[in-house]
Amino acid sequence: MWAILSVLVENKPGILFKVTHLFRSRNFNIDSISVGTTDDPNYSRMTITTYGDEKQVEQIVKQLDKMIDTVEVKHLDEYKTVFRELCLFKLKLSNANDSMEVNKLANAFGGKVHDVKKDSIMVEITATPDQIKAFEELAKPFGILDVARTGIAALQRSGA
Amino acid sequence: METMTGAKALMTAMEKEGVKQVFGLPGGANLPMYDEFARCNIRHILVRHEQSASHMADGFGRVSRKPGVCFATSGPGATNILTGLATAQADSSPMIAVTGQVPVAMIGRDAFQESDIIGMANPVVKYAFQPRLPQDVPEAVRKGFYIAQTGRPGPVLIDVPKDVQQNESPMEFPNEFKIQGYHPWTDPDIASIEKAIDMLLNSEKPIILAGGGTIISSAFAELQSIAETLMLPVVTTFKGKGSFPENHPLSLGPIGMHGHAEANRMMAEADCVLAIGTRFSDRSVGTFEAFEKRLKIIHMDVDPAEIGKNQTTSVAVVGDVRASLRVMVKLLLQRAVKKTEDSLWIKHVRETKEYWKENLKLHPGEMGAAKILRKLRELLPKESIVTTEVGQHQMWASLFYDVIQPGTFFSSTGLGTMGWGFPASIGAKVARPEVPVVDIAGDGSFSMTENSLATAVLEDIPVIVFVLNNSSLGMVAQWQRTFYNRRMIGVDQGGCPDYVKLAESYGAQGIRAQSMDELDKAIKSALSSDVATVIDIPIDPEEDVLPFVAPGTSLSDMILPS
Repeated sequence: MWAILSVLVENKPGILFKVTHLFRSRNFNIDSISVGTTDDPNYSRMTITTYGDEKQVEQIVKQLDKMIDTVEVKHLDEYKTVFRELCLFKLKLSNANDSMEVNKLANAFGGKVHDVKKDSIMVEITATPDQIKAFEELAKPFGILDVARTGIAALQRSGA
Repeated sequence: METMTGAKALMTAMEKEGVKQVFGLPGGANLPMYDEFARCNIRHILVRHEQSASHMADGFGRVSRKPGVCFATSGPGATNILTGLATAQADSSPMIAVTGQVPVAMIGRDAFQESDIIGMANPVVKYAFQPRLPQDVPEAVRKGFYIAQTGRPGPVLIDVPKDVQQNESPMEFPNEFKIQGYHPWTDPDIASIEKAIDMLLNSEKPIILAGGGTIISSAFAELQSIAETLMLPVVTTFKGKGSFPENHPLSLGPIGMHGHAEANRMMAEADCVLAIGTRFSDRSVGTFEAFEKRLKIIHMDVDPAEIGKNQTTSVAVVGDVRASLRVMVKLLLQRAVKKTEDSLWIKHVRETKEYWKENLKLHPGEMGAAKILRKLRELLPKESIVTTEVGQHQMWASLFYDVIQPGTFFSSTGLGTMGWGFPASIGAKVARPEVPVVDIAGDGSFSMTENSLATAVLEDIPVIVFVLNNSSLGMVAQWQRTFYNRRMIGVDQGGCPDYVKLAESYGAQGIRAQSMDELDKAIKSALSSDVATVIDIPIDPEEDVLPFVAPGTSLSDMILPS
């Protein structure tokens, strides 16, 4: 199963190293990770996505919880959580129509276009990983030159 | 607020923690802290290799249940203690390792004797500190000691850059502190314990499996009370060996790869296990799947991450196991449960125990391992402390040296560190100078840290090294005989060195014992000696440790002596 973990940590140097090291040493994989300070600069929130069966995910949550630098570890229910990822695609423009077509596609995904050049264009999409994958499929025919993704940020819905 | 250097603050903070001695070796980057030994009441015990200092601190910590402290310099000094940290981490032993580091401004520049010890040690410590300012030192020490000895104990590294040791600052020594993400204790959940009692009462073949956590939390009296009240047979893990008196009628001894035959048999037949402070290591339970398939598991542990890690449990009780067992004792009293009559199961357990006592074939020679270790047991006072190295002698000790007084047997069980036992015995003797301390050793392991003889002699720490000498790396040789068609590669020690001469060259007593009579005399001489003694006992290099549960098989598939 795909799991979203929200990990509140003390904002100190070396914590990201320890968290990623824990995944490696316990034989788990990080699918994506994003880190940023919270409104309180003493803390950072890491949003980590990983794959594993129920037992494995339970174990990684416990191991993260056991870490002295983690303040709170939550396994988020994806149906009760807002999660988004930002993705930048650089696409190839081969003929005159392509620019318009890419614009239409980007609009359909609520995206924005940047850096419009004669033979390339950049699209910014903020969406769920599934939607980003769908965009990627539709963008493939243009020719994908480069992709950069942030990994997801996630927060549980209020009352959930 | 007194103004002082970081080095002085370090030593002052350690004095406040009750530290009486440090095992260590000086070097360029920890000289400022070494200079403080001239001005404080902490004894320095010099080692000949930093790894030994870490094992001494570990041995001290396991026996005294307070963190032992070791010092090493930066770079190679620090990397030399990594094995000691990993050993302490694997066996949940409280320890403080203080390393020197290059000055803050030099960190990351590949300076002379610089090593990123914080990065390297991360997976093998419970926590690591690197104070970057002198005024951060007292808090690092205070928190470090707290973390090392609370909850599930473990090693803590404090890496102190040289300028942090040298520079002065007004110092505060905090009593109160907060570690937000650390919750070492949980109160045991009474409902779960009630459920556990019901489960034990309603099972036909219940058994207790006592692990190392039972020893760490000193839950000996509680364990014995529960075993006797419910008439439960007690097996232990190897690390839990001696958590229950091994001469007790309900004791079956350790289970596992080289467990007692009766313990493995009864564990394999049981239908419900009360597992106390154990992580169900592969060496204890064989294949995880075969172990959990038949059994209802009640798991008590201080570490919530152990619940469900290796075994699926029916009831989990998180908390200090002594606290949990106390609640259980109380609830049993309230319910007025007291079994007096032998159940069919306990009769069967007794018969099995009797059978193996009569029928386990032992080495026929005069100097077989069983006879040697039983002789040692016979002559050692029951309060004596035993450490072991790692290998055949260790497993023979598990099989044939009965621990009578709980908490007097210590071994590197998790990491399996050869060379641990001798320096650990020195640490143990420092913690308990009034009792005899014996390292049951093999020649292969003893070779690895034998230069600690210098420490034992010069620092007047008279331990006994009991070397079962088969002049080979015996356990590897046994595997080569068993699984590799007797292709013996890299196991012959060639009778080198002569351990009697070696001992004498360090100023220790060296005795060779080639018969039971000589052994008797040697042990008595060692017990009355005021210098360290090495007893060299030549044994048959072909003797195997049996029974043997081959890796990847279950406890019911024991290889027995033919």
